Amino acid sequence: MAENRPSASIEAVESGLAAQGYIASRQIATAVYLAQQIEKPILVEGPAGVGKTELAKAIAAWRGMKMIRLQCYEGLDEAKALYEWKYAKQLLYTQILKDKLGEVLGGAPTLEAALNQLHDFGDVFFSKEFVEPRPLLQALEQPAGCVLLIDEIDKSDAEFESLLLEILSDFQVTIPELGTIVAVAPPTVILTSNSERDLGDALKRRCLHLHIGFPEQRLEERIVESRVPGISQNLRKQMVSFIHEVRTLDLKKLPSVSETIDWARVLVLLQAPELGHEVVKDTLNVLLKYEADIEATMPQVSTFIAKASRQNVFG
Amino acid sequence: MRENLHRFFRAARGAGVRLSPAESIDAMRAVSKVGFADRTILRDTFLLTLAKTQDEKKALGDCFDLFFDQPEPQSPPEDGKADEQDSSGSNAASDSPGDSSGDEQADGLGQLAQMLLAQDRNQISAAIANAASAASLSDIRYFTQRGIFSGRILDQMGIQRLRDDLDNLAATNPALAERLTNALDGLRGTVRDTVSQALMLYGREEAENLRNEILRNAPLSRIEPRQVEQMRRLIRQIARRLRERYSKPRKRQRRGHLDVRRTIRRNAAWGGVPFLTAWKRRHRDKPKIVALCDVSGSVARVSDFFLLLIHSLHEVVDDVRSFAFSGHLIEVSDILESKSPEEAMAEIMSKAGFGSSDYGNSFSDFEHGWMSAITPQTTVVVLGDARSNNLDPRADILRRIAERSKRVVWLNPEGRMAWGWGDSEMPRYSTFCTVVRQCATAKQLERAVSDIVASYQ
Repeated sequence: MAENRPSASIEAVESGLAAQGYIASRQIATAVYLAQQIEKPILVEGPAGVGKTELAKAIAAWRGMKMIRLQCYEGLDEAKALYEWKYAKQLLYTQILKDKLGEVLGGAPTLEAALNQLHDFGDVFFSKEFVEPRPLLQALEQPAGCVLLIDEIDKSDAEFESLLLEILSDFQVTIPELGTIVAVAPPTVILTSNSERDLGDALKRRCLHLHIGFPEQRLEERIVESRVPGISQNLRKQMVSFIHEVRTLDLKKLPSVSETIDWARVLVLLQAPELGHEVVKDTLNVLLKYEADIEATMPQVSTFIAKASRQNVFG
Repeated sequence: MRENLHRFFRAARGAGVRLSPAESIDAMRAVSKVGFADRTILRDTFLLTLAKTQDEKKALGDCFDLFFDQPEPQSPPEDGKADEQDSSGSNAASDSPGDSSGDEQADGLGQLAQMLLAQDRNQISAAIANAASAASLSDIRYFTQRGIFSGRILDQMGIQRLRDDLDNLAATNPALAERLTNALDGLRGTVRDTVSQALMLYGREEAENLRNEILRNAPLSRIEPRQVEQMRRLIRQIARRLRERYSKPRKRQRRGHLDVRRTIRRNAAWGGVPFLTAWKRRHRDKPKIVALCDVSGSVARVSDFFLLLIHSLHEVVDDVRSFAFSGHLIEVSDILESKSPEEAMAEIMSKAGFGSSDYGNSFSDFEHGWMSAITPQTTVVVLGDARSNNLDPRADILRRIAERSKRVVWLNPEGRMAWGWGDSEMPRYSTFCTVVRQCATAKQLERAVSDIVASYQ
């Protein structure tokens, strides 16, 4: 019986995410379950728009935790990701406390004695008061735990990866002046990547690796159903199978789940009863983002629609 | 079960998935959480914890299916079994009394013979599995070991006793002996299948390594056409390795030398009080390469692989201009950038590959057309055997090239012994070269390119 429990809890993850409007495949649910159980970050790879970022949001909403997001870009460094000293505040305080310092040090006969006295006060200006926590440090300081989303890690520089290693493996950071700060409650870390460049092995080793591809037809229908409730079942089936046909073409950018949802919304707005030739041609630009792609798809539209409606009859 | 997991990890390594001990520990922890009950969850778990790229996921998935398929031999023995059953069925139909008498006689037989006659599939496959682990089948590495391991497994199962039984039966009960012989053949087949499967699981990496090692040391000019594709794959691997090694950031901070201008600018917000310091940086040059490749005769293939390698190093060297020559010289950078390696090489050969090589003429073509491509940061690589068919070598042009460039590297596919013999002009050219090295195998090619790139680090 004990062995049956995991699959039950994986189903619980699935339904929990579904309640937030995120329809997860079995693999995604397993990854989320495992990440929680063995306290490992998840590295999510996949084409743009398949719901990598959405996954983090759904987990946060489901568990009722705060989500902290760190968007990566080229040139992102320690000061913007981890922590920064509040220089201006330090400067201001030294100015304000000048007189006080004078009083404290006034009694000292020599410079050396003054210095010793100053040492006794400790590093007041390098205390936690003066640290500005950036997303990574914030995530460690959340008492109730949180979901830390490190978005598009492949956009950052290779050095930034090394900075992350300490956080990812031990959930702690080391600030030279303050020492090591350990997470109050280990955050759930989700990293996303569009595979623009290969990530380092050291980073990959510390993560569970999840690849989200384009969903199967059935799953995608469920996703549309949960995201665009107003759409009729008939139209939903047609449009999803149409999109699956489009994905077989050799295009610059294949339409992904987010485009499917947008298109479903558009079709509902236009109150299209079913997938007609005219409607598709007018709204193809919602689905495809390059002129060349639209041109390549245009001649195939009628065939795809015919296929989609035929499948509908039999399926 | 832990033993099984370890075997699976070994098999996964065999399938080309790079597993570190830390990853296997993660997998163990994950498995202890999800259990073994549901095979699809188990599979997903391994895919999540062990495989870190799409390719690895696919390889590992296949490996998983193969591995966990093993305990229950399904398809291949099924046929044999069906046959056996048919024959035994017909036996039973034709002479059922004989069959019963066989059973009586079976009491005197060894364990294996009894097992075979009883045709208890589960028992047989369990026995094979036990014998396989006793013979440490997972140590199999090369296909040549198949016979040894099959023999060991059969020995473990007690084939000696079976042979004795057969000898005895041949005299007393020929019908039973024949049945036993048939069953033994079936058993041999099953064992052979088991061993082949194990080889597929555990031996793949080793076989690959061995093949690559042989290929790395084979002379490029003499490899067979069917190996060209493998060689290309190997060259791509080399390219990846070089990329990983050399595509590090080009700017490095020099601690200790303050960049005053940048420091003041950066701290303008705090009234010029220098909270943030900016340090002077040392810029490293990006490699600039001008490659002149002889594409005549036997050197052509080496040039082919050299150009493939240098053009797949985009992240490290993005400034490459390649030229091909035999009788005269043309620029081939665009062809190589825009076409697949096979097409590009075919086109280059059709444009420049005819005629006997004329180094003097080709160098003078280069001097007239493209001398300005050479800057003091450029490494000029000449790939050729320096056999100029007794024509004027024009070493003076090479001297001028050397004066303009950072380095001149000459890669010669011929062995050192042959330099200077016959019409080889190598000694005359080598005075103007920074480095001259032999470059006949993939290994030497890798080292040569690695050195060229390293001189910019």
